[in-house]
Amino acid sequence: MAVVFEKPKSLTDAPLHYCPGCTHGIIHRLVAQAIDELGIEGKTVGVAPVGCAVMAYNYFSCDMVEAAHGRAPAVATGLKRAMPENVIFTYQGDGDLASIGMAETVHSATRNENITVIFVNNAIYGMTGGQMAPTSLPGQVTQTSPYGRDVTTAGFPIRVCEMLATLDGPEYITRVAVNNVKNVKQAQKAIKKAFENQINGKGFSLVEVVSSCPTNWGMTPQDALNWIDEKMIPYYPLGVYKDRSAEKEAE
Amino acid sequence: MSEKVLMKGNEAIAEAAIRAGCLHYFGYPITPQTELAAYMAKRMPKIGGTFLQAESEIAAINMVYGVSSAGKRVMTSSSSPGVSLKQEGISYIAGADLPALIVNVQRGGPGLGGIQPSQSDYFQATKGGGHGDYHLIVLTPASVQEMADLVSLAFDLADKYRMPAMLLADGTMGQMMEPVELPDEAPNMIEKPWAVTGTQMKREHNIVNSLYLVPEELEKTNNERFERYKYIEENEARYESFMMDDAEICVVAFGIAARVSRNAVVEARKQGIKVGMIRPITVWPFPKKPLAEAADKVKSFISVELSMGQMIEDIKLATSCKKPVDLCYRVGGMIPSPEQVLESIKKAAGGNE
Amino acid sequence: MTTQMLIAGFGGQGVLFAGKFLAYKALLEDKQLSWLPSYGPEMRGGTANCSVIVSDEPVGSPIVSKPDVLMVMNLPSLDKYEDDVVPGGYIFVDSTLIERKIKRDDVKVFYIPATKLAKDIDAPTLANMIMIGKVIKETGIVPYDNIDKALDKVVSARKANLKEINFKALDTGYNY
Repeated sequence: MAVVFEKPKSLTDAPLHYCPGCTHGIIHRLVAQAIDELGIEGKTVGVAPVGCAVMAYNYFSCDMVEAAHGRAPAVATGLKRAMPENVIFTYQGDGDLASIGMAETVHSATRNENITVIFVNNAIYGMTGGQMAPTSLPGQVTQTSPYGRDVTTAGFPIRVCEMLATLDGPEYITRVAVNNVKNVKQAQKAIKKAFENQINGKGFSLVEVVSSCPTNWGMTPQDALNWIDEKMIPYYPLGVYKDRSAEKEAE
Repeated sequence: MSEKVLMKGNEAIAEAAIRAGCLHYFGYPITPQTELAAYMAKRMPKIGGTFLQAESEIAAINMVYGVSSAGKRVMTSSSSPGVSLKQEGISYIAGADLPALIVNVQRGGPGLGGIQPSQSDYFQATKGGGHGDYHLIVLTPASVQEMADLVSLAFDLADKYRMPAMLLADGTMGQMMEPVELPDEAPNMIEKPWAVTGTQMKREHNIVNSLYLVPEELEKTNNERFERYKYIEENEARYESFMMDDAEICVVAFGIAARVSRNAVVEARKQGIKVGMIRPITVWPFPKKPLAEAADKVKSFISVELSMGQMIEDIKLATSCKKPVDLCYRVGGMIPSPEQVLESIKKAAGGNE
Repeated sequence: MTTQMLIAGFGGQGVLFAGKFLAYKALLEDKQLSWLPSYGPEMRGGTANCSVIVSDEPVGSPIVSKPDVLMVMNLPSLDKYEDDVVPGGYIFVDSTLIERKIKRDDVKVFYIPATKLAKDIDAPTLANMIMIGKVIKETGIVPYDNIDKALDKVVSARKANLKEINFKALDTGYNY
């Protein structure tokens, strides 16, 4: 029988703990696929966040470190400075990267730290049961914004890519989504490029992946994917926000 | 050993760390330990090491976590308020069984406190500091020479027992200059098969982690860690005994307090008072044994501290409260004078006659 | 034999440097010693001081609260520390900058117009070293012979041309 589809080698055989319909599985796969295609599993070290992906260290077969909440870019900085020849990536959610860890995010970007950051934005704190995230949309109902996010008291969502793109430091900042085949293909390319940039010594590359959380959004998986198109992407437009090498070539 | 040079305590720590094979330093500016960071900023680029001024103390300690995960020697330094910020990271480092060196050049607190010397982070240093059941190996230098010697010992012990070590100094120790001989020998580097250096496709993946969602497993790791702590308590406690042979009063002091107390002990001896001093060099593990032995011989103890009385609790525990323990202290950046300590000694001598 | 010395003045007068120089000379003589500066905002434009202890025994406390030797280069320092000097001790006063005489009669006092002498030898920033020259002469805290070797330690190679003028300042004080 011909094999038409295989699990990437950079994923272990451990069954994922994610909820049905959660897109973390797709994103894990895309990261592992990039590692496989670039042949870097043996020298890659991943940093897991605190959040739903906290146990990512069980799922990637490369060496892994579990970081404190929000601190993955600082841990990755240490790893990369100690082992410049290795490939270091972080895998972080919106609460981790854009709330408690914002300082680490901004400063590793402005230092152009030569690491790869995978930023999963599903506009909610998943692991703790659906609280308002820094990226929750205006009016979005969560456990801690039961009447909808009121921007007059809770402030506005943060558009991480747009903000980081204002810095001179980072190499590559892009936003993709994984809610349909076309977008998944695009995400696959972006993630691979983010790893290639590191291998080529280009510097800080961040891929924001607009993602879903059917459980905490209170939707079926399909409705959640549709909600990405209807609500998330209009607020968080997809695209490349910074690509220094491409800009240089264009000049 | 190389020739004797004059160095500030803060600089001696930095140079000793480099000679101990520590090529990675992360810090954030705070008085009174700035010379240490400045020294690293100057030297590290010249020897292919890392000096990075982090965005915060929190980031700095997590960078330390990263380098240590990679199996390399690494350190950070700060002063009291900054060390409070590092506590989260220190707890994770302890929980992931990683070696690292944290230097605390203490200043007065709580809060922003002051910038003058203090020993009021004793509880924080010796009882864990962050969340969870854990300890650091805590070394307390009392001279610039010890600043250097204890740095290399701290790295060795941290590696050996896979746990963080702290050099607990104070503003005086950091700022003062004394002759120091720095080691020339190559450092003792040990294999770290647990490090995340990349599998090279030759082994199962290593995971550096402190998360155990199954309570039985978390209990087991805690128990195993405390077995190690027990061994350390029995084997690694260090202290200096000064004029204790026939002593009837025992002064207990570390760091700058021990320097001041030494003058007082010498003066009291001149006046015919039988007094000696036990100077803890490690405050975790605390030198319980010599203190317990002293408790059978002396009439009383005096704890001399730059805090409201923190070490005094460990003295009482170590001696099972067999003999009275007086407290002689100044706080807020003030330092007890030799005269003040002498008064305490005289009071103890008179009160027991 | 232990000498506890306190050097005090305004920031910028080189009181820390003068202390460091003495400390190095003591190191070259195989003495036990400590040098401890005041630090922090206290030093920014305000008064600076340092404690230097030179001894044949291990040094206990590095803090000098009752100096055997006080060297002062401004009035606030003299006002602050005059009473702390041990009876029979020494006070060295830069008399160009401090007009008043000391109040005590139980100490040995030397008035040196160091700032003026420094200008006279075309070394206006080296009043500190002129003072130190006199301190060494009168107290013997360290010997004066081979004094240039200690200068080698504190004057960086980059500023080697300054060594001669430092030596001249020391000599001026020593022979005053």
